Amino acid sequence: MNIINFTPISALTGGLLIGVSVILFFILNGRMIGISGIASNALTSKDKRIENLLFLFGLTLGPLICRFLLDQEVKISISNSLPLLTIGGVLVGLGTRLSSGCTSGHGISGISRFSLRSIIATITFMTVGIITVLITNIL
Amino acid sequence: MNKIVSIICGIIFGIGLVISEMINPEKVLGFLNIFSEWDPSLAFVMIGALIVSTPLFHMFKKMDKPLLCSNFLISNVKEIDKRLIIGSMLFGAGWGLVGLCPGPAITSLALFNISSIAFVFWMFIGFYIASKFNA
Repeated sequence: MNIINFTPISALTGGLLIGVSVILFFILNGRMIGISGIASNALTSKDKRIENLLFLFGLTLGPLICRFLLDQEVKISISNSLPLLTIGGVLVGLGTRLSSGCTSGHGISGISRFSLRSIIATITFMTVGIITVLITNIL
Repeated sequence: MNKIVSIICGIIFGIGLVISEMINPEKVLGFLNIFSEWDPSLAFVMIGALIVSTPLFHMFKKMDKPLLCSNFLISNVKEIDKRLIIGSMLFGAGWGLVGLCPGPAITSLALFNISSIAFVFWMFIGFYIASKFNA
């Protein structure tokens, strides 16, 4: 194993901001953030729909604020073909709803609450993610 | 007020994903590539988030109610069941395939990247399929 591209300071800084967002939402609005839950509820449930949609809209303002106000470069690179994006997208949507959480809902909000369910979910999706990358590297 | 809080929390979360570069699937796949060329950054994002949210959650959960609404809405499900395990496995497979999870995927819509738009479209199809399992 070689360690490459490691950016501990920006990772920790971004993480702290995510923690601040989670805790403000909890103290003020009474809910623990889970983005798969917020997004799927915005689609399928009338309850708190406006709040959920505004949160998602806020997310998309993040990159624009970074680019135009903080003058930070925002780059992403996705190399998958459309069929792979389709399979990946459906798996992520279906899987996060069956297990009621994703990286934010289980990995951050759930672990903060010391939820055993979330700890098991996080270990499971990380392990399967690592195995998937291992397999795609071989293929 | 709850609506303003929602949008502000969304913005802070989105900026966090950009600064930590978790919006970039390459960075996430680098973290999952633990057996060859490993980028541990994602672990530091989680540590950063957890050192803020964990102590403050346990401090404030004793409040009678949130500051701006009538009651807390926190999951009290404790069951470790097949749904949790199978769902997490499916999610892990999709996450490892593309490197996008729901937060970064939705945040990246602002960049008008055709691949991320396609991914988000199919992710919502996945949400819809899952909602039919509940019925």
